[in-house]
Amino acid sequence: MKRELRLRIKTFVMILAMVVCANAGDLMLKRGMMQIGAVQLSLAGLAHAFVLTVTTGTIWLGILFLIGFTASYMMLMSWADYSYVMPAGAFGYALLTLLAVVFLHESVSPRRWIGVALICAGVLLVGLTKPRTTEVMARVAA
Amino acid sequence: MIRSLLAFTLFILCSTGGEIIITYAMKIVGEPARLRPREILAFLGRALRNGWFWVGLPLLAASFYLLLLLFSWEPISLVIPASALNPYVFGTLAAKYFLGEQISPGRWAGVALVCVGVVLVATG
Repeated sequence: MKRELRLRIKTFVMILAMVVCANAGDLMLKRGMMQIGAVQLSLAGLAHAFVLTVTTGTIWLGILFLIGFTASYMMLMSWADYSYVMPAGAFGYALLTLLAVVFLHESVSPRRWIGVALICAGVLLVGLTKPRTTEVMARVAA
Repeated sequence: MIRSLLAFTLFILCSTGGEIIITYAMKIVGEPARLRPREILAFLGRALRNGWFWVGLPLLAASFYLLLLLFSWEPISLVIPASALNPYVFGTLAAKYFLGEQISPGRWAGVALVCVGVVLVATG
C-alpha cells in the first residue's frame, strides 16, 4: 500500500514537472523569437536568425526547459503506463488557459471553459486508476 | 484530399509508433533507482544507448514534418484538434495492444472526457 502511494506521488510530481517544462519551454521560445523579430526567408535572413537565436538567452532558457520536458517524459515512461501519463498530462491545456486568463488577461470563450472542465474531470478519472498495469521488464538499476 | 488523408494516416502511424516504441525502450531501460541528479543522468545515458530509442526518435521527427505538411495543406482548425486527439485515441489503443497496458472502464471514461475537452479547447 505504501509502495502504491509512493508510485502515485512520484508519478504525479513528474507529470507536473513535464507539463510545466513543456509550457514554460514553449513560452520562452515564443518570447525569444519575438525579441528576434520576423525571420526573413532567404539564406542570409536564415543565417542571421540562426546567429541571433544561439545568442539569445531566452531561447537557451526555452531549450533548457524542453530538455527538462524530454527527460521527465522519458523517466515517466520507464515506470508508468503510456495510457496513464498522456491523458493525465492533458491538464496542461487547463493550466495554459488559466495562465492566459491570469497573466495575459485573455478572454476565454464559454466553449473553451467547458473543454477545460471536461479535461479536468477526465484527468481526475484517469488519475484514480493504477499508474502502472504492466510487469516491470528491467530490474531497477542502481 | 487524398494526399492529406495519406499524410494524416502516416502522421498517426509515425507519431503513435514513435511514442509507443520509445515507451517500450524506457521500460527496457528501467526506472532510475532514485530521483537524484546522478541517477537521473545515469538513466538518460542508458536510455541513449538503447537501440529502440533510436528507432522511435526518427519516427517522431517524421511525424513532426508530416504535421508541418498538413498545416500547409489544410485549415489549422481541422489539423490541431485532429492531431491533439492522436495520443489519446490511437495512443491508448496502441498501448493496450502493443504494450499490454490494462485500460479499465474508468480510464476509458477519463480518456473520452479528455478527448472531448481537448477538441473544445483546441477549437475554442
